[in-house]
Amino acid sequence: MKHLEEKIFKVIMICAAMIILGVLMYIIGTVFYRGLPALTLDMVTKLPGGGFYLGKEGGVLNAIVGSLYIILGSLTISILISVPLVMYINFYLPAKSIFSSMIRFSLDILFGIPSIVYGAFGFALMIYLGIRASLIGGILTVAMLIMPIMMRSFDEITRLLSRDLPDALLSLGATKYEMVKVILRQLMPGLVTAILLAIGRGIGDAATVLFTAGYTDNIPTSLNQPAATLPLSIFFQLGSPVEEVQNRAYASAIILTVIILILSFSARYFSSKFSKNKI
Amino acid sequence: MISTNQHTVSSYTNSFIGMDEAITLKKLIANQSIRIENLDVFIEDQHILKDVNLTIPEKSITCIIGPSGCGKSTFLKTLNRMHDESPEVKISGKVFVDDENIYGPHVNVIDTRKKMGLLAQRPCPLPMSIFDNVAYGPRIHGIKRRKAINQTVIQYLQYVGLWDEVRDRVRKSATRLSIGQQQRLCLARGLAIEPEYILGDEATSALDPLSTKKIEELFVKLKEKYTIILVTHTLRQAKRIADHIIFMYLGKIIEAGPTEEFFNNPKKQLTRDYLSGSFS
Repeated sequence: MKHLEEKIFKVIMICAAMIILGVLMYIIGTVFYRGLPALTLDMVTKLPGGGFYLGKEGGVLNAIVGSLYIILGSLTISILISVPLVMYINFYLPAKSIFSSMIRFSLDILFGIPSIVYGAFGFALMIYLGIRASLIGGILTVAMLIMPIMMRSFDEITRLLSRDLPDALLSLGATKYEMVKVILRQLMPGLVTAILLAIGRGIGDAATVLFTAGYTDNIPTSLNQPAATLPLSIFFQLGSPVEEVQNRAYASAIILTVIILILSFSARYFSSKFSKNKI
Repeated sequence: MISTNQHTVSSYTNSFIGMDEAITLKKLIANQSIRIENLDVFIEDQHILKDVNLTIPEKSITCIIGPSGCGKSTFLKTLNRMHDESPEVKISGKVFVDDENIYGPHVNVIDTRKKMGLLAQRPCPLPMSIFDNVAYGPRIHGIKRRKAINQTVIQYLQYVGLWDEVRDRVRKSATRLSIGQQQRLCLARGLAIEPEYILGDEATSALDPLSTKKIEELFVKLKEKYTIILVTHTLRQAKRIADHIIFMYLGKIIEAGPTEEFFNNPKKQLTRDYLSGSFS
């Protein structure tokens, strides 16, 4: 009987592993099978020309640049807010402070809010402020979406840090601020992980940018102009009845994946480089 | 309650009487370095240190021994005000360092900590190079000149006997060192802030016997210049290097005195039981 139990459970486990691998292979396979032939140099170097969505020539440079603008802008904002917040709740507030548990609880809630709600909220806010769909609207809304992700994962890693390092620094007579500067160096890999999670979520999200950044066939030259994004570009291309254009959507998906990979590797590279330098 | 800490008192009180009574170690009061009066420490509702009265003699090694949880580390932390970071800790009483109550109203905690070099149980190198580890203290305390920093770093690395071992890689990360080397690095780092006191919180318990021996030798060398207070778990270590012993049990000081006398002729039954290993 026990033997049978063991066997059944083993089969279930292997099936689960197979399903995950299978799904991953299927997704990658489809994207590459349909996208690779359509992935030409024009795709990454040209703006969509007239009739692009009906199969005429052009590329998705507008969406590539727009996505990069939005993710870099929103990353900057969320790093500038996340790092001080996480340092504050971990090293300035007492360990059992009510305020820090309130902040953590709010982050948990914000984390679970669907991105379309952020999009709707950002849109409502923009109407109230009288801003139309623009790069700045997209940046702020995506920042709202990724901030809880970044804060939560950075906080998790920071809480794992042993008290030894803060104690060693304080006993050397360091002020809290001097202490935090050194601790951040130690936490740099953790911060990079948090940033990467945020990039992954932020760059691929369509719902937040749908109303707030808008869409355009041009590259925005100011914060007040609308900006195209890759997820929306994929969405519009997939919606085309022309098969060639649908294949270009898969090519755009490959581009999106490659951008995430490049951002990941460069983040890792700069973090290792940074942590070798002096204060 | 007897408080022996009058400036006129210069005799050596060798009467390690009741638990609640003041205990003074062998030294002239004028030379005393750390003097503790009626110190009580509470962590939340727990009474951790109970009415501690103590004088720690300067330029010697004082070892605090006692079973786990008796308040040794808590006591050490009161000396450099590390409890400031934990609001659940309540402290009452006075701790005089160089005749100034460090819990007084106008004391700068940074200045107090600068006077105390702390050597923790596990070495904790800062996430930077060996050189920067030692240079960190002087830098945050305002020394800018490169030449002065270089000199300080080399001097203290030499002092702890690490310079010859690491001179080719002082710009490399400190985490690559062995744990014994890391502990000596931490000692050099603490010395570089030019403290007057050295506090050791079971500073050798994570080390191998050889590294322990090196650290112990350094302590003996250091007592010419510094007042050293060590918390230790090993009676043998206390016997080897201490000049004075303080025995704590359940937050109280049971007995204190010069090492030889303490081990050869303990006055208290509790001390005798502890030394014979009846409890630990």
